[in-house]
Amino acid sequence: MTIHELHQKLVAKELSAVELTNAVIAHKAKTEPTVHAYLADSHEQALAVAAKVDEKIAAGEVISPLAGIPGAVKDNICIKDQQATCASRMLENFVPPYNASVVEKLTGEDYVSLGKLNMDEFAMGSSSESSAFAKTTNPWNADYVPGGSSGGAAASVAAGSAVWALGSDTGGSVRQPASYCGVVGLKPTYGNVSRYGLIAYASSLDQIGPVTRDVTDAAIVLNAISGHDHRDSTSIPGERPDYTKALVNDVKGLKIGMPKEYFGEGLNSEVREALEKAAKVYEGLGAEIVEVSLPTSKYALSAYYIIALAEASSNLARYDGVSYGLRVPADNLVEMSTKTRSQGFGAEVQRRILLGTYVLSSGYYDAYYLKALKARRLIKNEFDSAFEKVDVLLTPTAPNTAFKFGEKINDPLSMYLEDICTTPVNLAGIPGISIPAGFASNGMPIGMQLLAPAMGEEVLFRTAYTFEQACPECNKIASIGEVTL
Amino acid sequence: MKIDREEIKKIALLSRLDISEENMGTVEKALNDVLSYVAELEELDLEGVEPMAHAVPLYNVFRKDEVIPSLPHDLAMQNAPEEEDGYFKVPRVIQE
Repeated sequence: MTIHELHQKLVAKELSAVELTNAVIAHKAKTEPTVHAYLADSHEQALAVAAKVDEKIAAGEVISPLAGIPGAVKDNICIKDQQATCASRMLENFVPPYNASVVEKLTGEDYVSLGKLNMDEFAMGSSSESSAFAKTTNPWNADYVPGGSSGGAAASVAAGSAVWALGSDTGGSVRQPASYCGVVGLKPTYGNVSRYGLIAYASSLDQIGPVTRDVTDAAIVLNAISGHDHRDSTSIPGERPDYTKALVNDVKGLKIGMPKEYFGEGLNSEVREALEKAAKVYEGLGAEIVEVSLPTSKYALSAYYIIALAEASSNLARYDGVSYGLRVPADNLVEMSTKTRSQGFGAEVQRRILLGTYVLSSGYYDAYYLKALKARRLIKNEFDSAFEKVDVLLTPTAPNTAFKFGEKINDPLSMYLEDICTTPVNLAGIPGISIPAGFASNGMPIGMQLLAPAMGEEVLFRTAYTFEQACPECNKIASIGEVTL
Repeated sequence: MKIDREEIKKIALLSRLDISEENMGTVEKALNDVLSYVAELEELDLEGVEPMAHAVPLYNVFRKDEVIPSLPHDLAMQNAPEEEDGYFKVPRVIQE
């Protein structure tokens, strides 16, 4: 059940958009009691848009590739008059009075959204366990986490309770859950997609990206959401290409680099085997596999956490009980803010604010924050040099497959280590995609990450698409995800 | 570098967060675990390296000086916890 297949059915009038939307809503009712991907529903609005799409089809109008195909949106992206809680008590009753730019763009495409998706609180986490409201499970096995922070996005697509979803990726939050749930997750180039209306975590790293069933769908969604936006001063100017044109089944002559540091100790042996097999597939298709070295990558996780938490401490200072969000009454302003923040934020968010404040505070700024910004430069320079030699880099998305609930939640550092392969990508601002690359012996999916230079999404799509065509068994769907239309 | 309880209390005040005595031990351990991990950055030779705050070099992002609609006042106030005459209302700031 992909966007492109369903679009064909809609256009051929084999299925109406209302029938499709009702079918996915019915399927969702079956999966949600176990998967819990959603925090809120918008079925009425969804059916109203679907009916409009059916009218357009009946009138012989051309519909957009996404029109009438039910998707869903992570709960840190603002949709006017629908809650945006960020899975936090702090924003439990927050109803945005405006649309994010991506939502405006999608509205123009007659998008259908079934609701808002669960996540780690304020996108801080790698398992979605830090959500204040729901425990999303992995559609492949409910004992396992879906990954995070866009756990609801990945789980809904894998479970078939959404055909596509929007997530956000600050240090791997689209790619890592996509990898854990066996679906496709794309983090676009920093600045390719507007961040206006995305509730900020770490502004120099945040980027909205699609979670989909296949690579073609990722290109379709990116086409719909990318583009310059004057309301985001970090938005890259200029026209965007039609990304679906890059879906070419051919990697002949392509140079694919495998950075040896990503295949060192700490990498699960089954993940390693799957990726080495994938490299052989590429070789068999005429690509050249090159070993490259990115020695500073080892330090990326440290630089990432310092920078992300510093920015988070600053971004989350706005939740003071004054203008929106939770307010816990008190006699004076400082006490009001302190009570509001202590009750409104969960433990992980509070830890990250404390650390972020610490690394920015007088006396420690040079030791931590400034060092991290310099390390960031080295990491970016290394990627630049690597891309002088190769077209694409191939790495694991995460060092392991999905873990079980409770395994890491009380040890923040072990949780952070799950982001070791994805965080360098956000620091460098380059695009990365995670695609399914096989399964571990316990049945859980393995993800492969492909990376390209800034604004190199086209070569990513081509490389990812070619592997997808070569490995149909990698794209197996979780049994819970089979939707009856 | 280790962060002690006194320092955590100072940072908590700056962050407007209240850490209860019973949570202090957990917070202290979590913070020190992360800080000792990120101390590995000291191994890097960063002499003369220009800090990088943003991955995409965009400078002086201008737009035309035109009036365009922005969020109306009533919508901006829609989520206010407490409001009076179109202003956000907060507890007394300066004591009598």
